[in-house]
Amino acid sequence: MNFLKLSKLMGASALAMMVASGAFAEGDMTVALQLEPPHLDPTSAAAGAIDSVLYSNVFEGLTRFASDGSIIPGLAKSWEISEDGLTYTFKLAEGVMFHDGTTMDAEDVKFSLDRARAEDSTNAQKALYAGISTVDVVDPTTVKLTLAAPNGSMLFNLAWGDAVIVAPESIEGIKQQPVGTGAFKFSDWVQGDSITLEKNAAYWGTPAVLDKVTFKFISDPSAAFAAVMAEDVDVFSGYPAPENVPQFEADARFQVLIVNTEGETILSTNNKMPPFDNVMVRKAMSHAIDRQAIIDGAMFGLGTPIGTHFAEHNPDYVDLTAGSAYDPELAKKMLAEAGFADGFKTTLKLPPPSYARRGGEIIAAQLREVGIETEISNLEWAQWLEQVFKGKDFGLTIVSHTEPMDIGIYARPDYYFQYDKPEFQALNAKLESEADPAKRTELTAAMQKMIAEDAVNGYLFQLAVPTIAKAGVVGLWENAPTQATDMTAVHWK
Amino acid sequence: MNRALTIGAVLSGAFALAALVSFIWVPYDVTGVDIGNRLKVPSMAHLLGTDHFGRDIFSMIMVGARTSIAVAVVAVGIGMLIGVPLGLAAAARKGSLMDELIMRGNDLVFAFPSLLIAIMITAVFGASAVNAIIAIGIFNIPVFARLVRGAALSLWTRDYVLAARVSGKGAARISFEHILPNVTNLLIVQGTIQFSLGILAEAGLSYVGLGAQPPTPSWGRMLAESQTMFSFAPHLAIFPGLAILLTVLGLNLMGDGLRDVLDPRLRRARR
Repeated sequence: MNFLKLSKLMGASALAMMVASGAFAEGDMTVALQLEPPHLDPTSAAAGAIDSVLYSNVFEGLTRFASDGSIIPGLAKSWEISEDGLTYTFKLAEGVMFHDGTTMDAEDVKFSLDRARAEDSTNAQKALYAGISTVDVVDPTTVKLTLAAPNGSMLFNLAWGDAVIVAPESIEGIKQQPVGTGAFKFSDWVQGDSITLEKNAAYWGTPAVLDKVTFKFISDPSAAFAAVMAEDVDVFSGYPAPENVPQFEADARFQVLIVNTEGETILSTNNKMPPFDNVMVRKAMSHAIDRQAIIDGAMFGLGTPIGTHFAEHNPDYVDLTAGSAYDPELAKKMLAEAGFADGFKTTLKLPPPSYARRGGEIIAAQLREVGIETEISNLEWAQWLEQVFKGKDFGLTIVSHTEPMDIGIYARPDYYFQYDKPEFQALNAKLESEADPAKRTELTAAMQKMIAEDAVNGYLFQLAVPTIAKAGVVGLWENAPTQATDMTAVHWK
Repeated sequence: MNRALTIGAVLSGAFALAALVSFIWVPYDVTGVDIGNRLKVPSMAHLLGTDHFGRDIFSMIMVGARTSIAVAVVAVGIGMLIGVPLGLAAAARKGSLMDELIMRGNDLVFAFPSLLIAIMITAVFGASAVNAIIAIGIFNIPVFARLVRGAALSLWTRDYVLAARVSGKGAARISFEHILPNVTNLLIVQGTIQFSLGILAEAGLSYVGLGAQPPTPSWGRMLAESQTMFSFAPHLAIFPGLAILLTVLGLNLMGDGLRDVLDPRLRRARR
């Protein structure tokens, strides 16, 4: 009797194991992204597409972002901060190996951080690490950072994809053959098509569930729609056509995540180009723009209006939208006061995403209402980076700034929108050296107000992007505190 | 009366009329947006519905007709103005180095896929209606040059041309006074066909974003923008698509009809 029970039990457990292994056998996932990375080194380029594929999957930093935006331990399992806030002592996780078999130790941390802040560094966020004066190796698993001044956001800065730990042994070929410490290792890149990552069997932490992740690049919105509908892809992170979301929501095969991003979508204004050097003109424009119409028309309702360059879901956000409420009559009056009663002509250069292309047409129509004629030109990303971001040859453009906590860009006088104001730069310097949370809140509020009052750029909305996944996919990030498609915890139901 | 010609003339005439009327009147402003009114299905207020920005599709098709026709007219004009003299010159000096140069040049342009060259031109000089016109125009040159050369060669052997030569007229004068008037019929027929191809090419270029830039309405771009919405708002794609189809069909029918009417040999064969 007992014997029979036992055999039944064994049968059942064998069946359960079969089912379980069946689920694990399907441990591959195809994830579609809109943009293909230009190369695979997150520490030497601004392109967010690199982090979209590699952040947390292949490369890890001392600290890292969790899905909710909090900072959690990464390669550093713990840390101590000195009383004066000038020394950070990180205790590294033990037994960490790079994918090429070399060990990850304090020397590699020193190499990575020194490289990021070096004179000739091409790191896109070099400024974030400029405050580190020395990186010292105490022992193989302990590293000490000494700062020139206290910096309240150092742990946050170290979580960025730009501060991931790389090895001197593999740095040479990193752009084609990235070698990191993550739960996935790089396997193959078919340019123009896909990047494949494989499970890292020797991972030091909680191993990934999936055996293989293929990132496919589909930039055309109608091709994206077809790929999801035909189930060619399992997940589409950052689906480019928000108008299709209701359809996916109604389809039982799919689940839709509306992912809050750190993307402040703004009408960037060339502050040094007349007539935009006149604050009255910029303020007038801010009243000419109807944010809700742009959210509805360009994003089909996805997104939340913002009145300043700060993430709307951040607790420190100040709602300043009322200061630039839609009022075309007021806008006309202010333009007249600024000496442009008959309006003026300018350029509006738009990168490919639909928030920019569609938003641009709507904004052009709204500006035309108050007499500002815009000449629209649609640019590809490479052209946009060349002409607008580097060349500063533009009047207006629309772009979403997806870096987290990036109000500091307004303190860079040569940044592409060229807001050069010493008072703001002083505030930013204060913020960088302030560790007290209450004072930081106060300072960020002052900064938010200053750029809103100066109407540096037109503040439109906080970007939310739909992620479409098959119903059986579990473990995707529900918020995007940084640009990443973290697949380390993703698996099939 | 030729039936193809009638149907063709009515169809293309209707779009030409819509384009002309759009200069003085359209039901709604096509550059303004009205988000609250977007994606409306056809109704009495909006005959063909509204698009994703709340713009009236009927008005956009009227103005789009203007864009298409303007591009096609100028492009065909460029082709004729340059292609016809080249063809006449090549025929007048048959077998000379100039003839060879002109005809091999034509072959060269013919050998390139036209849309590819158009994309190249607009990629280099920027996307705009003007560059689209130039790109399409260039491809019309060899069409007319070849047509005219072929026809002119046979005309050069006619007795009246011989008479003109004997009376001391130069090649250029003979070409314009005796040859050109006799190829006009051919030019009209070919021009109509090229015109319809021009409209198709303009739609193709603006579909890939290389034609007229927003906010100027264009049929091709209307199609491109409506793609992702086809599953829930098909009227956004159907109407500009129909506009292109009917215009091109109309012009082709008209071209066929004109050939029947204008070509004396065909007329005799018919009777």
